[in-house]
Amino acid sequence: MEAIEKIKEVAAQAVPGAQVEIVNSTPAAQQPALLVDREHIYAIAKFFKEDPRFQMDFCSCVTGVDYLQKADKPGFIEVVYHLYSVAQKHGPVVLKVRAPRELDQCRVPSLTPLWRGAEFQEREAYDLYGVKFDGHPNLRRILMWDEFTDHPMRKDYVPPSDYEWEPTPHDDTLQRTVQTGGITPPTAREELEKAKKK
Amino acid sequence: MIQPLTDEKRFTLTPGSEGLIETQTLEVSIGPQHPSTHGVFRMDCVLDGETVVALKPVMGYLHRNHEQLAERMAWLGSMPYTDRLDYLNSMSNNWAYALAVEKLAGIKVPEHAEYVRVIMSELTRILNHSCVIGFMLQDLGAWGTPLLYAFRERERILDLFEAVSGSRMMCNYMRFGGVRVDMTEKDLAVAKDIVTRFPRFLDEFEKLLTGNEVLLARTQRVGILPKELAINASISGPMARASGVEYDVRKVDKYGVYGRFDFRVPVGDVGDVYDRYYIRILEMRESIKILQQALRDVPAGPHVAPEVKLRNFKIPPGDGYGRIEAPKGELGFYLVSDEGGKQPYRYHVRPPSFINLTTLEDMCLGHKVADVVIILGSIDIVLGEVDR
Amino acid sequence: MAVDEGLKSELQKQGIFVLTFEQLYNWGRKSSIWPLQFGLACCAIEMIASAAARYDLARFGAEVFRATPRQADLMIVAGTVTKKMAPLVVCLYNQMPEPKYCIAMGACAISGGPFKDGYNVLKGIDRYIPVDVHIPGCPPRPEALIHAIMTLQRKIANQHLEKENRLRWYDKNAETEFPIPSYGDHDLQPPANREVWQPPRDYRDVTLDEVKKA
Repeated sequence: MEAIEKIKEVAAQAVPGAQVEIVNSTPAAQQPALLVDREHIYAIAKFFKEDPRFQMDFCSCVTGVDYLQKADKPGFIEVVYHLYSVAQKHGPVVLKVRAPRELDQCRVPSLTPLWRGAEFQEREAYDLYGVKFDGHPNLRRILMWDEFTDHPMRKDYVPPSDYEWEPTPHDDTLQRTVQTGGITPPTAREELEKAKKK
Repeated sequence: MIQPLTDEKRFTLTPGSEGLIETQTLEVSIGPQHPSTHGVFRMDCVLDGETVVALKPVMGYLHRNHEQLAERMAWLGSMPYTDRLDYLNSMSNNWAYALAVEKLAGIKVPEHAEYVRVIMSELTRILNHSCVIGFMLQDLGAWGTPLLYAFRERERILDLFEAVSGSRMMCNYMRFGGVRVDMTEKDLAVAKDIVTRFPRFLDEFEKLLTGNEVLLARTQRVGILPKELAINASISGPMARASGVEYDVRKVDKYGVYGRFDFRVPVGDVGDVYDRYYIRILEMRESIKILQQALRDVPAGPHVAPEVKLRNFKIPPGDGYGRIEAPKGELGFYLVSDEGGKQPYRYHVRPPSFINLTTLEDMCLGHKVADVVIILGSIDIVLGEVDR
Repeated sequence: MAVDEGLKSELQKQGIFVLTFEQLYNWGRKSSIWPLQFGLACCAIEMIASAAARYDLARFGAEVFRATPRQADLMIVAGTVTKKMAPLVVCLYNQMPEPKYCIAMGACAISGGPFKDGYNVLKGIDRYIPVDVHIPGCPPRPEALIHAIMTLQRKIANQHLEKENRLRWYDKNAETEFPIPSYGDHDLQPPANREVWQPPRDYRDVTLDEVKKA
C-alpha cells in the first residue's frame, strides 16, 4: 500500500469538501489513521470500497473509544474502522470519526449499508457507548438487557454497588461499602478514620 | 448416488382445500439453555410450520465486560483473561494479544520462541477443529460418539499443555517477547509423538464420517453462504473459506514465522454445512504438515526476548491493531495507549464468532428447525468470544 | 432398631442385607444422579471432559445429561452467571422437580470469580438459589468435579426423611420455588434473595464482650 500522505491526498481529491487529517499510531506500529469529519465519512468509506486501487471490501473491526475532557480540549467519542481488502490482499486502512459526548448529539452515519459486517459491531458501540448510527437497519441493544439504561463502557459510568461483602475494601470500594451499610473489617475502619482526620 | 435434499414441499393439500385451513406463524425462542452444546445463545425464530421465516439472534448472556476489566489492569494483567475469551483454544488467544502488544511496542521475538508459538498454535487448531466436528455431529444426532473420539485426542494434547504451561485449559502461556516457560526436549518428543499418531486418528474419523449417508443427506445444500455476502459481512476463518473466499491471515500477513512453512489453504466452492465440515478436516491435515516442519526445524535459543522488562512495562501513546488466524477466524486486538502508558486506555477484541453470526438469518431462511441447529454448529461459535 | 455390626456383616456374607428404609431410599437416589446439561462458560468444557472417556462420570451414576430440567435432579452451574442470565437460571431451577440439588462449579459461580468487578456479572449464583456443593478452581479439574459428585453423594446419604435435616420435599414449610429476579435499570431487582443468602460475617467484627454475652 502507498504512503499515508498519498492516500490522504487521493481521498481528499475524490470527495470534495472532506476534511481528512492523519493521526499517528505508536511509532512502532506504523498504522496511521485518517480522521474524517462526520458529514463526509460515508462518502470517503464508499470511495475506499469502490476505487479499483483500493477495493477495501472487508470491514474487519469497528471500535468505539471514549475520550474524556482533558484541560481545555472537549471530550469526544471516536469510532474507528479498520478496513482490509480480500481482492488485493492489502490493508489496513484505518478511518476515524468523532462525535461529541453528550447523548443527544452523539450521532454518526452508519457504514452498515456498505459493509454488512459492521452491523453487529455498530450495535455494540451503541449499546456500550451511546453512539447513534444514522441509517443502521436495526439499532438496539445487543449485549445488555433491553431495560438497561445508560451506557456501561463510558469512562464516567458508575456501576451499581452490590459490594456487601468485601474482605479488604479500600478507596472507592470502601466508600460504596460504607454507603450501603455493608460490613467493614476493623482494618478498613482504621483506614476510614485516618482519612477522615486528614 | 446420494440425492441432496431439495426445498420443495413434500405434501400437497387436497384440491379445493387451500384457504380452508387457517395457519399462523409460531414464534419460538430456542432459548439460552438448549441441548446443543454451544453455550448460552438464544435465537428467536418465527416458524411457518417447521420452516424458518425469520430469525433474530440474541446474545449477551455471557457478557463479562472483559474489555472494561482490561482498562483497569496493567498490560500483562489481562493475559489470563484472554484465555477465557475463546475458552476451547487458549493458546491462540494469548498469541493474538501478545502479537498486538508487540506490534504497538516494537518488540522483536526470538526465533525459538516463534517456533514454539507456532507449534502450540497449530496443536490448538487441530484440537479445536476435531472438537468442533464432534460437537456438530452431536447436534446432528450422533449421540456423543464422534465427540468422545475427539475428546480422546484432546486429552492427549491437553496433557502436553499441562506439562509445558501448568494448566490444561487456561494456559496463560505467551508473554510479550516470547513464551513464559521453554519447551524441553521431552516436550518436543511428546509433540512429535502426537503429530505422528494424529493422521491415523484422522483417517479413522474420516472413514466413519465423510462418506456417511446421513451426514451427506443432512448437510449438503443446507445453509449456503454465497461468496460476496461472506466478504461483505466480514466473515473470516474456515466459514469464509468454505464459501470460496481465499483469505487466510497466515498467508496474507505472514506473522510469526509462517512465511517459512509450506502449506496450502483449502478453499470450498458451495459454502454449505458439508463444505464447512470438510474444510476443517483438510485444515487439520495442513496443520499436521506445518507441525512436522516446525518440529523438524525448531532452532535453539532464548524463549523470551531478554530486553523486555515485566515491571513498569510501558507503551508509548498511540493505537494499533494486531490480528492472527485463530481456529475460528480472524482474532484481532485494537489497543490504545495513553500518556501514562502503563494500562490500556482502550482494549477491544475483534471476535470472529461474533461477526460470523451476522449471516445466521440469511443462511437459515427456508430451512427447517432441525437445520438451524446444524447451521449454528457449523458456524463454530464460542460464547466467551461472542459476548466477551 | 439398632442391629449389631457383626451380625450385619455375617448376614451380608449370606446375601441378606439389613437396612433402614431411609438408607435404601438414599442409596437409590445418590447412585443415579442425573445432571442437567447446563454449561455456561469455560467450566462447561471441563464438565464435558469429565463426562468423556478419560474421566468417565457415568460410573458415578451420572449416566446421561438430560436436556430438560423436568427430568434432571442436579444442576451443575458451570461458568459465570451474568445478570442477564440469572433470572433464567432461577427459572430453570424452579422447573426441576424435587428432590433437587445444585453444584456451583468454578470460581465464577461461587462468587463472581475473576470477573467480579463487572457491571453485568452476578457475584455468585448462591445469591438466588441454595447451593449444596461449591467447587473452587478456574476451571476445576475433572477430578475435582468427580470429588464434588462424591461429596454430594455423601450429603444425600446423610439426609433424613423426618426430624431435622430433612429433605426439603418432605418439609411442608420449606420453599421449593424461588422468586425470579427482574431486570432493573442498572441491576437486577432484588439484588439478592435475603432468605437464601446473607453476606458472610467477618469474625474480626465480633468483640469479646459480644461473645461473652452470647
